[in-house]
Amino acid sequence: MNLYTLRDLSKRYSRGGEAVTIFEGLNMQIAQGDFIAIMGPSGSGKTTLLNMLGGIDRPSSGTIECQGERIDNLSEARLSKWRAAHVGFIFQFYNLMPTLNAAQNVELPLLLTKLSPKQRKEHIATALDIVGISDRAKHYPRQLSGGQQQRVAIARAIVSDPKVLLCDEPTGDLDRVSADSVLEMLQLLNSKLNKTIIMVTHDPAAAKYARRELRLDKGRFIEQESAQ
Amino acid sequence: MRQTLAVTALNIKSIPQRLGMSLATVMSVALVVAVMLGFMALTNGFAATLNNAGSEDVAIILRAGSQAELNSGLSRDDVVLIETAPGIVRDAEDRPVSSAELYVVVDGIKRSSQTEANLPLRGVEEGAERLRQGFTLVEGRMFAPGAAELIVGEGVGREFQGFDVGSTIRLGSNVWTIVGKFSTGGTVFDSELWTEAGVLQNLYQRGASYQSVRVKLDGPEGLSQLQDYAENEPRLSLDIITEKQYFADQAVGMTRLISAGVALAYIMAIGALAGAWNTMYSSVDARVHEIATLRAIGFSGGSAFIGTMLESLMLAAIGGLVGAIAVYVIFDGMSASTLGGGFTQVVFSLSLTPSSIISGMILAIFVGLFGGLVPSIRAATVPLLQVHR
Repeated sequence: MNLYTLRDLSKRYSRGGEAVTIFEGLNMQIAQGDFIAIMGPSGSGKTTLLNMLGGIDRPSSGTIECQGERIDNLSEARLSKWRAAHVGFIFQFYNLMPTLNAAQNVELPLLLTKLSPKQRKEHIATALDIVGISDRAKHYPRQLSGGQQQRVAIARAIVSDPKVLLCDEPTGDLDRVSADSVLEMLQLLNSKLNKTIIMVTHDPAAAKYARRELRLDKGRFIEQESAQ
Repeated sequence: MRQTLAVTALNIKSIPQRLGMSLATVMSVALVVAVMLGFMALTNGFAATLNNAGSEDVAIILRAGSQAELNSGLSRDDVVLIETAPGIVRDAEDRPVSSAELYVVVDGIKRSSQTEANLPLRGVEEGAERLRQGFTLVEGRMFAPGAAELIVGEGVGREFQGFDVGSTIRLGSNVWTIVGKFSTGGTVFDSELWTEAGVLQNLYQRGASYQSVRVKLDGPEGLSQLQDYAENEPRLSLDIITEKQYFADQAVGMTRLISAGVALAYIMAIGALAGAWNTMYSSVDARVHEIATLRAIGFSGGSAFIGTMLESLMLAAIGGLVGAIAVYVIFDGMSASTLGGGFTQVVFSLSLTPSSIISGMILAIFVGLFGGLVPSIRAATVPLLQVHR
């Protein structure tokens, strides 16, 4: 079953009065439960594509459907609600709120739901437990290592149980050991919780954790089977 | 609502990261509100002192065109004619309830600055106290007829040195004994020294001249009866108004001057507004990445707008409160004196009223609202792509 369907997708922007095309006429389908690594040279449009899948950027033309619903033409307000309900983001630099502790950071997406404080607490505990960082719930980001911060960010991304996790270079700021640990975590979320994961990475070793690798080059996809 | 509270809480929690700038905004708003409330307290206190002084049922009679007692001059014959006029209350012995008065300006030494300032020394007739509402002799006794004795208003005792009951003081070439202290409940008369009119006339070579006559009016028609009488009496050329009107007229000029201070506060408010704007803009600027992250998670632009606006309003409101509390603690009830009508010092208490405080807080909120508006719009429209910055 397809989660995403991209049809004839194009992205252009103007730089210094000159029109720049990132990609043109891109077609793609992403199945529910897939784990895709998108690779490619800088400027190939990997992150732009990820942004469009997450509803934080819009295509210049073409359509994006998620579970049969077009998201490319939703209003800003509806898109905010859609993101809150369907997508969990994991960023290279974690994007945690420095003034909130780990549990409070994880709680943020739940504030957009109708859950009671008690239910929110339960969800937070579960999410922190899944990523193995329950003992750091009261720690602030500055008190955590990079790997631990990324685990908190993963907990925040999964706490509201979204269908898809969009990861932008999730291990780009981590050492190899921490990176492997985070990638194993993503693999686990994909295999055990059936989360669809789309990960942009420069790192071939990271890409190996995905079910399939897609190389975006000159506006076209070249598929490679993952070693997984 | 929840997301707005969350964004607001995040903003507030991040204030320590911008403590200096936030404090500068708080202090600039506090200063604006303090200046405004300080001037309002002056205006309130000064106006209250002069307005409370006047009574509706007492008329003050001056020479026509003189406008103030200091410029007026009345002869003994004028006073006799006035005292026979209709419209004046008469006592059990059919004597008019009136007081022909004169006053001279003497120098006193202010306790606060040790500088000389003008004080009115008023000569009054027996029964003058009946023409001042709330007159109470709070210490000592009344001056004795024919003696160089003074009773002093409470304000004089408070603001000027050397007027303690029982002491003597040299005013010009004369030595006076202070025999009593009186209060009229904080009105302008509390800024005066009183003696018997005849003594003052003798010591200051005023012959039999006076400057004003105060009379108790006989009912609502009393004033018009008195005015009609004076108009139809060719030997008299007088201005007759109620005492309340007299002091209201005296207060206008000074109140207007002090009110200019409030205008100054409004001008300063524009500066504070720029400060609030700058702080909030910096606040948003420093958190563009966080705001974009929240938006990416699903928080609305509206919550970013309201959260930023609430932070701005909160800083401004704290500033307003700090300003109001400072003015209240430092100035409310403080005794001050300034030049009033007749080139003499009017002693009055600064008064910070609840309505003044409300006005100050409204000004603070105004600064917060308009200072936070553009930064709030910026927060609501932070490009989501900043999430990757």
